[in-house]
Amino acid sequence: MTSKPVTAQIKHETLYPPNKLDLVQVENVVVQFDGFKALDITYFGIDRNELRVVVGPNGAGKTTLCDVISGKTRVASGRVVFDDVDITWRRETDIAGLGVGRKFQTPTVFESLTVYENMELALPRRWKVWQNLWGTESKEQREHIHHLLERVHLYEVRDLPAKSLSHGQRQWLEISMLMVSKPKLLLVDEPAAGLTDKETALTAELLNELKGSHTIMVIEHDMEFVRQLGSRVTVLCEGKVLADGPLDKVQTDPKVIEAYLGRGKERK
Amino acid sequence: MTASPGTPVPNDIGHRTSDIGPLSALATTHRLATKSSLWLAFAFFALVIPLSYGAGVIDITTLNQFGRYLCIALVALGLDLIWGYTGILSLCQMMFFTLGGYCMGMHLAMKGPLQGDGIPLALYVVSSQVSGMTLPWFWMPFDSVWLSILLVFVVPGGFAYLYGWLAFRSRVRGVYFSIITQATTVAATQVFRLNDLQLCGTNGLTNFVTLFGFPLNENSTKVGLYLASVAALAVGFLACKWLVTSRAGRVLIAIRDSESRLRFAGYQPVAYKTFAFAVAAVLGAVGGMLYTPQNGIITPFKMNPEESIYIVAMVALGGRGTLTGAILGSLIFSFSYSWLSTKFADWWLIILGSLFVFVILVMPDGLVGAWRRLGLWLTARSQRAPAEPVTAKETSP
Repeated sequence: MTSKPVTAQIKHETLYPPNKLDLVQVENVVVQFDGFKALDITYFGIDRNELRVVVGPNGAGKTTLCDVISGKTRVASGRVVFDDVDITWRRETDIAGLGVGRKFQTPTVFESLTVYENMELALPRRWKVWQNLWGTESKEQREHIHHLLERVHLYEVRDLPAKSLSHGQRQWLEISMLMVSKPKLLLVDEPAAGLTDKETALTAELLNELKGSHTIMVIEHDMEFVRQLGSRVTVLCEGKVLADGPLDKVQTDPKVIEAYLGRGKERK
Repeated sequence: MTASPGTPVPNDIGHRTSDIGPLSALATTHRLATKSSLWLAFAFFALVIPLSYGAGVIDITTLNQFGRYLCIALVALGLDLIWGYTGILSLCQMMFFTLGGYCMGMHLAMKGPLQGDGIPLALYVVSSQVSGMTLPWFWMPFDSVWLSILLVFVVPGGFAYLYGWLAFRSRVRGVYFSIITQATTVAATQVFRLNDLQLCGTNGLTNFVTLFGFPLNENSTKVGLYLASVAALAVGFLACKWLVTSRAGRVLIAIRDSESRLRFAGYQPVAYKTFAFAVAAVLGAVGGMLYTPQNGIITPFKMNPEESIYIVAMVALGGRGTLTGAILGSLIFSFSYSWLSTKFADWWLIILGSLFVFVILVMPDGLVGAWRRLGLWLTARSQRAPAEPVTAKETSP
């Protein structure tokens, strides 16, 4: 964990000093949609093996930030560096190949494939056609998949097509797919959306287990869930970094309170 | 979850046994029929048909007809791979069939009657040059039968690979891809109709006499070609089955489900789509290669867009994404086509069209899909019936 001194300062640049050692570095990035600045970030970085939570009101640019890092959205200006490689103009497949894994806001799994087959496709580093014509997963990989599926209570339904899963089960399947693919960076977009409190607690537990050994960026609305992760929080508002630090600190930040209350979007 | 057939059933169901008996018997019959259907179909085409010809039950024309329909089934198999599994509707599969047919046809024409300086008759009659005509260079390789067979794979396969790569790389998808494939097959028909292309124009390739030194008008050669078609379809089916059950096959299904998601998992859908498209083209080309000597002629009209649309109808009829459905659908389609067009010369197209619409409305997932659902229903009913009181308690909240 980083121990950067975070004080309520006015200028964004000093609030968030660039760090060349960060695994992900988003520098001076602007994203525009029809003239509307969806993202305008001076610097956003995630240290290696850090779990970072990004919160913010609706339309703050959280998912856009995810899209920029994973290559789904192109920047108007600025640059994105991942693991010392400039990925600003790389294709999605290449970025995934470099080790950026992603879970989408609406859980996206392969509907016609079974739960197990979804997991199997997520296994890392077997992406070429010829690699997939012959052979199958190793015993360790199969056991690893079974273990993960047991953790998220999907073992019993592993041979059912993914389209028969409930919303919560899809969330877990996609999180498990992300975990089995062993990326260097996990982008987790709203992992608790639409889950019951009990399901949310398990999701938090899974992420907490990865904490410390994986670099993770979690986007979330649910403050209770964020509290369970107990990690450094970055607040985005109108495409800009508004505040940064431990949850207690940012929650008492007058700017954050205003951003949330001023828009009537206060949750919990 | 559900009780297996071996689970002991409670004794208090005495009066129900008569209801359950036929259902579970039907379910078992369904299961056995599904399991044995492939072997039965293979035995029917590989043994029953040739033997009934030998016994004089069917004549050589019927056998030849069966052989040609099996070649069309190969095209349907290819389309099922690219459309049923990968979700890409190609409307030019018969173009690959015709390309394969032309590769074989050029060889057969060169082994047929020759005119002047070794010019095949079919080419000679459409040529504008009266004297001093030499064989065009691209006819040369087709003098060798093995080279011709190799080119059946290389020309359509290579063309499909390049075409697919260019289209898929530019992210041409869905209905746009269907439209450009249809435009391509229309364009190809027009090009092949040109006499100046020196591929015999609208007349097509004909005057076939021998293949591998066997005279094509002899019945034993026709039986041999029929058996080769059975073998090609069997090998093609097994190859497709192997492909769709491999991990690569699951990637194809994943492309159908959500291509964009697959990119974020590190896969390059273009490579898989191009590969599947090329395999489908080669299957079609092999069908064309075997069809040509059995049909005696190959013309550019086999590339007409409606020919490829028939293939789509066949796969839809049999059931997409099942492989067996593609073969079943194509055979049913071909036979009803030939039967209806002889019985009802004026009405057959309307009858065939209505039948097709009816089947698709009643069974959206085709004949094989409906058969599978019937099996699931029978199994569920025959297993649920004895345990009804228990499940009723379980499901009530």
